Amino acid sequence: MTAPAIRLSGVCKNYGTHRAIDGVDLVVQPGEVACLIGPSGSGKSTLLRCMAFLEEHDDGLIEIAGDPLGFAPGENGRIRLPDREIARVRRSIGMVFQQFNLWPHRTALGNVSEALRFVLRLLRPAAERRAMAYLDRVGLADRAGHYPSQLSGGQQQRVAIARALALEPRIMLFDEPTSSLDPELTGEVLGVMRGLAADGMTMVIVTHEIGFAAHVAQHVVFLEQGRIALEGSASAVFRRPWNPRLARFLETYLDRGASMLIAPEQSDGA
Amino acid sequence: MNLELIRASIPEIIDGLGFTLLMWLPGSALALALGLLVAILRHYGGPALDRGLQALLGVLRGTPFLVQIFLLYYGGPFIGWDFDAPTAGLLGLSVYGAAYFAEIIRGGLAAVPRGHVEAAACVGMTRAQTLRRVLLPEMALLILPSTINMLIVLMKETAVLSIITVPELTAVITGIGSLHFAYAEAAFMLAVCYWGLTEATGLLGRGLERRLQRFRLA
Repeated sequence: MTAPAIRLSGVCKNYGTHRAIDGVDLVVQPGEVACLIGPSGSGKSTLLRCMAFLEEHDDGLIEIAGDPLGFAPGENGRIRLPDREIARVRRSIGMVFQQFNLWPHRTALGNVSEALRFVLRLLRPAAERRAMAYLDRVGLADRAGHYPSQLSGGQQQRVAIARALALEPRIMLFDEPTSSLDPELTGEVLGVMRGLAADGMTMVIVTHEIGFAAHVAQHVVFLEQGRIALEGSASAVFRRPWNPRLARFLETYLDRGASMLIAPEQSDGA
Repeated sequence: MNLELIRASIPEIIDGLGFTLLMWLPGSALALALGLLVAILRHYGGPALDRGLQALLGVLRGTPFLVQIFLLYYGGPFIGWDFDAPTAGLLGLSVYGAAYFAEIIRGGLAAVPRGHVEAAACVGMTRAQTLRRVLLPEMALLILPSTINMLIVLMKETAVLSIITVPELTAVITGIGSLHFAYAEAAFMLAVCYWGLTEATGLLGRGLERRLQRFRLA
């Protein structure tokens, strides 16, 4: 049996005295699309950032394809792994941010080829060929020479996705990838993500796009106050929101056309 | 006003201008390099080093350049720093400028969005790569206006070097003024020269900013 893509056991994260993540256990299987949902401050972004080691968890163990990320269990508690090992494990992960975080002084092509040249040490022509292929994949080959300031938000986010994909990660993490976009631009980004899911990419997505989560995710995780309040398949979570807190959370989406998702009489047809 | 005197003085003025540029441009380059070094040390060096450097910068920015250059040139020999006037001038200007550039650069580094650095970490760039390929270029864009401003300040501060006998613009022109009792002409020539240099620098800066506009978000 192969190791899960991601396994969290007892993960905790504190900010001062505030416990942002409070003992989370979670398994994401290869090829699975998992969505983290929950109210503001529930810890979903923090949890995702822990999976990318952008936040160092204070307790518990995170394994990426069987390898411990950042900390490994030692004789007296855990030990921090060397930076080189952290970088190696991290290489399996691609991260997409809410704010895109493209480097403004590099073109779209420059943003995507940067790590290919300076981390993977590809020669410039090879790096740019590969970068172009990934820009093409997100439908932006014709914008390769544009600077981020010359691209729309949706285009910037697609370049950011290409930048992460170009390193050929096993897992893609998305932190509210459409939250800074107009509804009109949201569609093009979700379209790219839907394509990735169809290709079998393992993805963990923090999102407020409940409709997207319901249609694309196999695995939905509802967080509240740093704990997993509820998790299961999309249909189990959305169609039968027996948990009153989840029902209340989903009600906030009712006026956004999501009522069909939580109507109990809805049939389970895909 | 004695225009004939002004015309006759042009060759001397050009010599003085040359010395002013010789102090200003290398001095600014050294100041930038030194300021960058200090800012990076403060950024990565930990709290103790940060506080020490901050205190040093406080002294340098809290005393007039005139006093610093006096101390260096006339006080230096007492501790074995026996520099000639141009060397002392260049050194003094570099250190003085570095104190300001360090602060400008520190602010620039702090203003680079954290997410851009996180993105670099996520694609596997090392700290040194992130510094060189993300932080420094983005910082340079952010600090361009204040850097141009500081260059102009340093250019005008070179006038102070006349008091330690560096034969730069101010020394040359006030010399001509005293020799011919033509103080108004001297002051006029000085104003024109410094103003011309300031305008040229500002023009260069604005051109550069326009060219770099597309590298900027929002």
